Order: sequence, then structure tokens, then C-alpha cells
Amino acid sequence: MKKDIILAGVGGQGILSIAACIGLAALEETLYLKQAEVHGMSQRGGAVQSNLRLSSDPIASDLIPAGKADLIVAVEPMESLRYLPMLDPNGWIITSINPFVNIPDYPEMEHLMKEIWKLPRYITLDANSMAKDCGSIKAANMVVLGAATPFLGLEQNSIETAVKNLFKNKGNEIVELNLKALRAGRNHALKQI
Amino acid sequence: MQKLLLLGDEAIAQAAIDGGMSGIYAYPGTPSTEIMEYVQASKAAKENNIRALWSANEKTAMESALGMSYAGKRAMVCMKHVGLNVAADAFINAAITGANGGLVVVAADDPSMHSSQNEQDSRFYGKFSLIPILEPSNQQEAYDMTRYAFELSERMRIPVLLRITTRLAHSRTGVDCSEPVKQNDLKLPDNLRQFVLLPAIARKQYRELLGKQTQMEAISAESGYNRIIERSDKSLGIIACGLSYNYLLENYTDGKIENPVLKIGQYPLPLDLVNELYESCEEILVLEEGYPIIEELLRGLLNKSKPIKGRLDGTLPRDGELNPVIVGNALGKKYPQGQAVPELVKNRPPKLCDGCAHTDAFLALNEALASYGRGRVFSDIGCYTLSALEPLEAINSCVDMGASISMAIGAADAGLVPAVAAIGDSTFTHSGMTGLLDAVNNNSPITIIILDNSTTGMTGGQTSSAFGKIENIVRGLGVPEEHIKVLKPLRKYHNENVAVIKEEIEYQGVSIIIPRRECIQTLSRRMRQKAKAKTMNI
Ligand SMILES: Cc1ncc(C[n+]2csc(CCOP(=O)(O)OP(=O)(O)O)c2C)c(N)n1
Ligand code: SF4
Repeated sequence: MKKDIILAGVGGQGILSIAACIGLAALEETLYLKQAEVHGMSQRGGAVQSNLRLSSDPIASDLIPAGKADLIVAVEPMESLRYLPMLDPNGWIITSINPFVNIPDYPEMEHLMKEIWKLPRYITLDANSMAKDCGSIKAANMVVLGAATPFLGLEQNSIETAVKNLFKNKGNEIVELNLKALRAGRNHALKQI
Repeated sequence: MQKLLLLGDEAIAQAAIDGGMSGIYAYPGTPSTEIMEYVQASKAAKENNIRALWSANEKTAMESALGMSYAGKRAMVCMKHVGLNVAADAFINAAITGANGGLVVVAADDPSMHSSQNEQDSRFYGKFSLIPILEPSNQQEAYDMTRYAFELSERMRIPVLLRITTRLAHSRTGVDCSEPVKQNDLKLPDNLRQFVLLPAIARKQYRELLGKQTQMEAISAESGYNRIIERSDKSLGIIACGLSYNYLLENYTDGKIENPVLKIGQYPLPLDLVNELYESCEEILVLEEGYPIIEELLRGLLNKSKPIKGRLDGTLPRDGELNPVIVGNALGKKYPQGQAVPELVKNRPPKLCDGCAHTDAFLALNEALASYGRGRVFSDIGCYTLSALEPLEAINSCVDMGASISMAIGAADAGLVPAVAAIGDSTFTHSGMTGLLDAVNNNSPITIIILDNSTTGMTGGQTSSAFGKIENIVRGLGVPEEHIKVLKPLRKYHNENVAVIKEEIEYQGVSIIIPRRECIQTLSRRMRQKAKAKTMNI
């Protein structure tokens, strides 16, 4: 088993909580794991990404070689395209379609979506509304993670355990909300595949 | 022992806690910050009374750590690469005094300048000061080498430099920890003149340091951190330092490299091993995450030896960090061309947070300076440096911490009057205070804006040494009371703020303006913690 994943978003959007869930689940399954994070300067509203590598064998490099990523998981549509050179020709893009507009020259949504639809393998989802339907827009990250779960090569069970562990300090209600969001994302993706 | 999921920085911190460290000293700086933060959050560190507070700058941190070493205890000092420039005087002389308790200096380099002004290679400093350097290739080695570094420092009685780079510092993986050891007891140096670098003593100590080089090299050859991996294809030999070894391995499924490799993790270089590889192979490829230090040494001035490939002959890029593809290309591996980034994807540079106090301060400054024309604002390093970009375009320099005030002095001396300095609160106490003293003694016609957001914002909101002290400091350094002005940087006070700044700019002497409003990131973090504490009380 080997999965190379790029997580993409904008500084402050919290892609690291997605990384943390996948990481915990991978540990649960006693897989090897390397996760290169971006700290510092770009966290101030800039483009951020994290390289996440899972494998049943030891992993050498902290960075994924260009053109070899199995998945790009993005919480922002323009950011999902920024790392295309990293994606394997057979790889998937899973992205939220909710734009984070903090630059004056942000592209037209229509053009952006056309660019994504050109790709051979993608899942797009309105994570914000789906999260809202589950109870809070704050769970949008978990919706996106849920949509990625069919591709991760991990047991759904270990991912749910990870979500429970990550949020258990915040009380049962929050745990349930995030699990609901996770499942909503997963069901959405399963229908699109 | 337990296995933990740790960043490289955290592995170093955990190893230092397990390794009997009594105190850690640091000034924040990406990618080194998480070392101190991990110790500060660690229960074990608290239980063992490990001292873990931020210092005013890297030099004071280095000196405090040296003092702890003098007293016989194990100490660590951490900084980003440019911090070592600030600490250099203490660092290089600490090699001459030598250590008593184990002293480990961690320098975190930032090749590709993800969050830095340059990509200097700290191994140069280690070599310059003639002390051993350890360069881990992964997080496990970072843990093991930190444990080893304290022992090596005590065994050789000198400080040891641990050099890491961004990718190792900020990448997380499973790390096996080993049995903790107790802290040292207080113990003075055997020779009470060891730390007195009067010329007569320093000469003797320096000769001792020189005398230790052979032993240090022998240890480098035996420690296991440098080793030759034998392979049959001798058309090329590869020297892989630190992290680059991983990028090399990544290019071979199941790790079956075809060429002999000398894996380097400890310096001074083990000459016998280097020679063995050199003699047995037709060409040598040197992989270094940083400057081409070993490559340059191997080539020599005239480059008349066998072909040495690396950053200097164009086999690898001359600058920037390595990655698996760059290393693969150097080995003639073919990578599939990934897709291009679509043109409509626009740059998304970092920017000041919405509602940041710095924005209001610079809007007021821009207006106050409008009649003088652009190009007069010397600034410094911190979140506020982002005001150089659109839409504010408010500042004209960012060089090294503290430079804003001193550069404004020089520019004013040259006739650029008025000149303005804009500096953050943490940067001011890091190294702006001495510049201010110069300005006061010089009676420079400059206006200094000390942007007080009550934190060290850029590196993630660490406590600022300046907190609650700025007015007293500037008063103490000789700025007259009537030219110390505190502003509230909010849109609704914009006009008043512009008027105050204008007035001070017109004054032909040193004036201080302090726009004061807490960083909204630390403010919201505080509020969250407060709310949490409240619910827990109920
Ligand atoms: C010598 C040196 N040490 C550390 C750093 C890292 N660094 C850059 S900005 C910064 C924080 C500055 O804080 P402050 O001046 O209060 O400004 P703020 O970011 O809060 O606006 C630090 C620690 C550096 N660039 N150079
Ligand atoms: S972190 Fe604080 S100081 Fe930095 S830009 Fe955001 S609000 Fe401003």
C-alpha cells in the first residue's frame, strides 16, 4: 500500500486538521507516514500545501516527487489546480468549489470550473453548504476529507476513529457533527465515481 | 520505549528532554520555532523543571546556554540560520572556551527561502568555529543525533552544532524514543580560567581546539553517522549529506541504489571514507542540501581532479532546496512531465490578516508622508514587512533584524530628511534598542514607528520580550517624553493618527510613535482559551 497525497488550501483554512485525521488513521493501521507541512510566512493568507505520504513500507523522501501524487485534496478550487504538476497522470483531484477570494485577480468561477472539468478524474463538492446542512460550516474540512476517503486506501473505521479522537475534547456534539460531515462527503464522492 | 508522531523540530525537543537537558534558550524563527514550543508544552519538561523561555535575541540565548554549560548542566540553544549571524560572536568564542555541561546549538536552515531573507548554510559556521556538526537525514536521526550530541559535547568538551533544514524541521513522522537520562548536577569547570578568553589563555585554548580536530575526525569516521554503502557500479560515486540521502533513496524502488554512496551525517568530514569513495569511483556526485561546501573542497581551486558533479558544474541547480526529481535528473532518471499549472491560477502571496493593526498604522503613515514623496521608510522583519506589497506599498527596506533604525540614521546623515523607521515590538527589543541609542546620541532627525502588537506575530505569536516595556526603554535611552506618542491604530482614529505622525516627522530629532493594538490572531487565541477555561470551571 502506498498513497501520496497533496493537501492544498489557503493559510488559515486549516488543511492541517485533514492531515491530522489521515495521519491518525494511518497510525491506527500501523502504516508508515511522512507529512511535510508549511509553517511560517505563507500561513498569512497565502497558498499553502502539505505533502502527505502513507505506505506499508518505509518512506524515504518527505517530499512527493513531481508527477507522482495519487491525490490532490483541496479545500479551495483555485488551489486544487496549483499543484497539478505534482499529480500522477492517473491521479484524482478532490476539491471544494467554494472560492476563497483574497486577491484582486481571482479568476471567474465559471472559467475555474471549466478548467477542473477538463481533468480526467475529479470530485467536486460544495463543501460549505454540505457542512451547513450537517450543522456548521466549520465542518467543511471534514466534508472534503470524507470525499477523499474512498481514495485513501484506509479503512473507513480507522478514519472515523481518528475524527473522534481529534474532536473528543470538544464534546460529543462536535464529534457527531464532524462524523456526519465526513459521511456526507464520502457519500457524495461514492455517487460521483 | 514509545513511538511518537513528531515533526523534526519536535524530535529534537523530545530528545533534549529525554537527554537530560536542564534548559533551552531560543529566539523564534522559522523553521526552528517548534523546538522551544514543544518543550514549553511538554509535561515531562515541566515536571523536570527544564527552563524554557524565549530570549530577547539569539546572542543572549547563546550566551545563556553557555552559562548553563559553564555550570555543568546540559543546555540547548535554537535559532534559524540568520539567527546564527546574530549569535556568531558568542558562538565562535564558545568553541574556544569549550563546554562544561553538554552544549548543543541547533541552527535551522531554510534553503529556497520559504520564510527567510537568504539561504546561508550553517555548516560554514560549524567549520569556521572548528566544532563538530551533526546533520540528520530524517526525524529518527534528528532524535538520535540530539541524544548523541550532548554526549559528544561533554566527551570533547566543546559545543556541538546540529544543522537541520526546513523539510526535516517541518515534516512529521513516527520516531522511536529511547530511555531518558537524569539531568547533570551543578558542577563548576575543573579549570576556573577555561572561560576567561584573555589572549594568553585564548591562545592556549585555541591550540587545544586545533589539537582536538584529529580526534573529532576519527570520531566522525566511527560514529556510524558517516558510512559507505558498497555497490558494484563504480562509474559514479555519490556523496549524500543529510536530507539529500532520502531524495537519493526515493529514486530507487526498494532502495537498491546501483552506485556506491558515502552517507554524511557528521563533520568534520571523515577523510579516509571520502578518499575511499573517491579512489574507487570514476566520477563523484555531491548532493548537499545547501551550499556546495564538500563539492568545493573536493574540486579544489583549479578543479583538475576527476570529474566532480554537483551544484557548481550545473548537474544540480546552484541555489534552492533539492527534491527527489532534481536528484533523479542528476542521476539521469526520467520523470514523467506532470501537467502544467493552468494559466488562470494566480499567485496568492501572504498578506496582513484582515483587521490587522499594522494596516491602519501604515495607512496613517502613508498619508502623513504623502507630501514628501515615496522612498523614505526603512523597515524590518515581521508581519509588517508584508506592507511592502500592494495595496500598502509602505516600506522600502527589510534587511536584518534591527536594521530599520540604523539605516534611517545613515540615510538621514546622507541628507534624506525626513527618514522614517518602522519596526515591530519584538524586533525592537531583539536588536533595535542599540540603534535607537545611536540615534539619540547622534540627534538624528528620524521618526521611529514601533509597531506594538504585543507579540512576535510572524512566527506564530510567541511572547514578545518588549511586552509592557517599550515606553520605559525609549525613555531610558534618552528620547524626550514629549516625542514619545502612543496611537490606537483603528480606522476611526485615522485623521488624529495622521496628524500626530505628521507633527513628529516635522520635528528635527528622534521621535517615537507607538501604534498599539494586539495582533488579532493572538487576541482570538486568548479569547478561545478564556472561553474554554470558563466552561471547564462550570
Ligand atoms: C535574526 C533573525 N531572527 C529571527 C528571525 C525570524 N523572524 C522574522 S520576523 C520575526 C518576528 C518579528 O516580530 P515583531 O517584530 O514583533 O513583528 P510582528 O511579526 O509581530 O509584526 C521573527 C522572529 C529573523 N528573520 N532573523
Ligand atoms: S498575525 Fe497578527 S500581526 Fe500578523 S498579520 Fe495577522 S493580525 Fe497582523
